[in-house]
Amino acid sequence: MTLRPRDKRMSIEEVVGQLEDGMTIGIGGWGSRRKPMAFVRAILRSDLRDLTIVSWGGPDVGLLARAGRIRRLVYAFVSLDSIPLEPNFQRARQAAPDSDAHIPEVVELDEGMFQTGLRAAAQRLPFLPTRAGLGSDVLVNNTWLRTVTSPYPGPGGTPEELVAMPALELDVALLHLNRADAHGNATYLGPDPYFDDLFAMAAAKTYLSVEQVVDTAGLTVDTPVQRLLLNRMMVDGVVEAPGGAHFTSCVPDYERDERFQKAYAAAAKDDEAWARFERRFLSGDEAAYQAAVKELADE
Amino acid sequence: MSDATRSEVVAAAIADCWAEDGEIFAAAMGLLPSLGARLCKLTTNPDLMISDGESLFLASPPPLGSTAAPVEGWIPFRKVFDVVAWGPRHVMMGATQLDRHGNQNISAIGPFAQPKRQLLGSRGAPGNTVSNRTSYWVPKHSTRVFVEEVDIVSGVGRTRALEAGSAASRFHDLHRVVTDLAVLDFGGPDGTLRLRSVHPGVSVDDVVAATGFALAVPDDLACTREPTATELMLIREVLDPRGLREREVPSA
Repeated sequence: MTLRPRDKRMSIEEVVGQLEDGMTIGIGGWGSRRKPMAFVRAILRSDLRDLTIVSWGGPDVGLLARAGRIRRLVYAFVSLDSIPLEPNFQRARQAAPDSDAHIPEVVELDEGMFQTGLRAAAQRLPFLPTRAGLGSDVLVNNTWLRTVTSPYPGPGGTPEELVAMPALELDVALLHLNRADAHGNATYLGPDPYFDDLFAMAAAKTYLSVEQVVDTAGLTVDTPVQRLLLNRMMVDGVVEAPGGAHFTSCVPDYERDERFQKAYAAAAKDDEAWARFERRFLSGDEAAYQAAVKELADE
Repeated sequence: MSDATRSEVVAAAIADCWAEDGEIFAAAMGLLPSLGARLCKLTTNPDLMISDGESLFLASPPPLGSTAAPVEGWIPFRKVFDVVAWGPRHVMMGATQLDRHGNQNISAIGPFAQPKRQLLGSRGAPGNTVSNRTSYWVPKHSTRVFVEEVDIVSGVGRTRALEAGSAASRFHDLHRVVTDLAVLDFGGPDGTLRLRSVHPGVSVDDVVAATGFALAVPDDLACTREPTATELMLIREVLDPRGLREREVPSA
């Protein structure tokens, strides 16, 4: 008998069943690139509320904000890349504080601070020092952020005072990569790993969707070993979800669906159009979503 | 007299921003900055490092709208942030608002708690401005952009950097602002914005009227230089044969 590591395959619904109201959830990818959208859609189908979302924001943030699921948002930007401004995020930010559309708490950080916060969490440190943020309104709008004075003399003898970026500790990280085995070893095949490994190490639990689950040997059969971004210690659940990043890019499996993204952005600007978009694309399960996407592509 | 268009004058003025930088990463945000960085690499500073804006260092500049070029390195976002912290980088960012001290806003217009218009967010502007040489590109010079006081400080200006202490001011290095009307630098009183040159066909009064604060104007103000014949050939035949530059800076 051969003893093998655990089989961590799950369904999308089983993953979302692990999530709870009020959790802090880190979402991998970047902008409108390699986002775990199948997980995000499943959250929309659930009744999860009051989430803290930590994200290099794209349509994941837009969709969750539009559905009123976010109590606290931690971000450095929210963008659809080819469409610079995310309309659902804009709508939520511009809404009156007493309206349902409003995000109760926003933490806007510099990108370097955001990465430093994930790093601190991944290294189980309370904070890490960084120069980024000094002098900017990031420190004005987040009055709870503190600085720390270096215990060592700086240039000219005066110790430097730096931002003490607190750890961005996550209850759960949700990620989407190209390939994984059943145990959670996973490769990204596109141009950029983004920060998905850091999210995994900053999180108590990490759930991963992939375009394809292959056997372990298959991960490196035609792919350099350096593309193995996640090892199985970092991963608690694996879901095979082809098209799971749609409509964001997941190259080389697929590019961003620009036509769909345009339709999404246009619908977000009008309540009736948004209701139609939700009915058509977000009212069923993941298979229904993928079928509706195919139907739009065939039109 | 050259037949250079305004966008071509701008491209050369932007290229000049990186001319003296040596072997550093020219991080160009937007269309004209990309054109200017590529022009700089093909003329005054062949040591410049340029990227496809995604994850690759390109060994030779492709035309605008294309990334088909030999690759000389890998620069995914995590490595971009490494270079920001390390230092050898000169970024040219956009600015929805910019004040006389060089504070820049790309976050939101109006109060932060409930903006009138939410923009991108601060992105890397706070870190960029305390870590790297920074220039700005403003495609439409107007009193909406050049304001007395920005609504939200994303990119840090000189006074703010000094007030935040030596860690913030050590590497703070605001370089230039290029607009569709003029080139500006931070050589005014206390490091404030100063007019450096006006583009051919633009008067000082035009620039002053389009600026929402009292702008330092030197007595011996120059006209922005015309692109050379070589630069015009490179812009028109090599780097932007499709004329995308006209979309951002249309000819009058």
